[in-house]
Amino acid sequence: MTESTNSEWRSAPPGEAVTSPGDTGNTLVGSSEEAASPEHPTPPEQSGGRKKVIRLGDRLFQSVATGSGIFVVAIIASIGLFLLVRAIPALQANEANFLLSGQWRTGDPEDMAFGIVDLAWITVASSLVALIIAMPVAGGIALFLTQYAPRVLAKPFAYVVDLLAAVPSVIYGLWGALVLAPVLKPVALWINGTLGWIPIFADGNVPANSGSNVFTAGIVLAVMILPIITGVAREVFSRTPSAQIEGALALGATKWEVVRTTVWPFGRSGFVGGAMLGLGRALGETVALTVILSYTFEGPHYSIFDAGATFASRIALGSAEFNNHLTVGAYIAAGLVLFISTFAVNALARWIESGSGKGKK
Amino acid sequence: MRTDTADLERPASAPAFQQLGLGRKIKNHTATVLFGLAFVIAVVPLLWVLFTLVQRGLAPMLNAEWWNHSFYGLLPNDSGGGVYHALVGTLEQTLVCALIAVPLGVTVGIFLIEYGRNSKLARTTTFMVDILSGLPSIVAGLFIYALWITTFGFDRSGFAVSLSLVLLMLPVVVRVTETMLTIVPDELREASYALGVPKWKTILKVVLPTSFSGIITGIILGLARVMGETAPLLILVGYSRAINYNLFEGPMASLPLTVYTARKTSTEAGEYRMWGAALTLVLLIMLINLLATLLSKLFAVKTR
Repeated sequence: MTESTNSEWRSAPPGEAVTSPGDTGNTLVGSSEEAASPEHPTPPEQSGGRKKVIRLGDRLFQSVATGSGIFVVAIIASIGLFLLVRAIPALQANEANFLLSGQWRTGDPEDMAFGIVDLAWITVASSLVALIIAMPVAGGIALFLTQYAPRVLAKPFAYVVDLLAAVPSVIYGLWGALVLAPVLKPVALWINGTLGWIPIFADGNVPANSGSNVFTAGIVLAVMILPIITGVAREVFSRTPSAQIEGALALGATKWEVVRTTVWPFGRSGFVGGAMLGLGRALGETVALTVILSYTFEGPHYSIFDAGATFASRIALGSAEFNNHLTVGAYIAAGLVLFISTFAVNALARWIESGSGKGKK
Repeated sequence: MRTDTADLERPASAPAFQQLGLGRKIKNHTATVLFGLAFVIAVVPLLWVLFTLVQRGLAPMLNAEWWNHSFYGLLPNDSGGGVYHALVGTLEQTLVCALIAVPLGVTVGIFLIEYGRNSKLARTTTFMVDILSGLPSIVAGLFIYALWITTFGFDRSGFAVSLSLVLLMLPVVVRVTETMLTIVPDELREASYALGVPKWKTILKVVLPTSFSGIITGIILGLARVMGETAPLLILVGYSRAINYNLFEGPMASLPLTVYTARKTSTEAGEYRMWGAALTLVLLIMLINLLATLLSKLFAVKTR
């Protein structure tokens, strides 16, 4: 083929005739350019000479699409902005230290004293309990679904885990408070009795057998964030290069050793990213915790058997007194802290996740 | 002559396949059992929750009154009544939410895949959609409160709820559209361009119809998710035991709000309403999930 195209151009300068058979890959392109040079203008020249036509529909469609992209960015910015603007007057009227105080007195706009220390403790404690329980289980499920379960069953099994995310949080709250808490009572009493000398398991500000404490809340939260962590972990684990897995198998590794030496190192950072996403969800979970945690005026004892309110559940509980701007502003200030912390956790999660598996490549 | 029979009978090299050591075997089996167990641990709460719901919530639902009456005029101890008012509220609020979130979300998805590929704005938007998908529902509620009620001066209403649900549904729609548009093979787009079809028409007539079934499934799953949201409702709308069709005025019930409110009535009738509404809500969500599966089958592109 190369020779036939060249044979037509024997009359061309000898230098070009010699080079074209050498680089066979470029011959066709080269020869067609040569062919077109005198009589017909080449397509690139033609398009270069004419202006690019942009139709009205295209321009309209593109600006609508781009506008919607900008709109999404604007939404997030305005969430931060609006919350900040509404929180500032309330923060100025606050008589207590917002960051260091544990009290929450917002009913009278003339005499407000509120701080977030206790809210932060309950929020962080319940989320961490949830994370400690959910992480190993979710990792196990993800490994089971990607590496162990038969191919036919993996998909329906994954669907079952995803169903956990479809149950509304208010229903988890009911289940946790009315069904799970009584069942957990002996467990809570045993932990409190046996390990009570460790401060974190000591008596909280409500009796350990009440069930409406951080311990129960953490377990329910663990169930709620399980599908999130599992979903991310499943995806990164399934992306493990099969060459690595096969290599390990060829070296005589058992299934467990394959997981330990290839799948786990490959997906670890993605798994941690997924766990952070779960943490973000747990920090902001509202209604389940509002239903489970009993509200108490006593300060926390920094034990997992404390009760109280998280940022989110405090806001939900306070919705009844939303009657003037300053009171609402106090709750918005708490919401702003929650927004900033979930923003940070989510951004961190995405950052970790996006780095996952890159080093291995 | 020395004949060493033992030497001759010994294989020239060690056997290629050796038995696993006991320690490795035990570790391997333990790991398998533990991973399987993790899955069982996840299934237990799911079945437990569903069992509890059916056990306690089935009785009220079997009454015909449950589906066409409200709780209007019922005292804490009165049994009877139904969740018609809450069904109306839930369906109206989520439908209006979808009417706003779906066109917006699909357009954002189109922008990300068809126009903005790898541009700075597209990357920022993707990041913001990620952040939006992690936005706590209570913060979405507070934002709409600060915007719609405090700043614009409107009253608390079902429409405010719809607006906050838009924030929660938007990332789902965008994500789904993005995924589905990436799957559409470039050959289809190129074929369309080759025929001289402008880009916007290619997107509307070729790309979107091809990915339609996936997008519709995602939208419906997103609907099912926002349907169960409770937190923004607590802030943005009052509960009403009567039927209210007007999204823009007055308190309006919805299923999650009914569950939450009925929890405060600690009578037998209150429990009856609470579990009944909870089971109704889960059934509605399951029904919608089922619908999503059916629709995706129905609209699936026929690929020979």
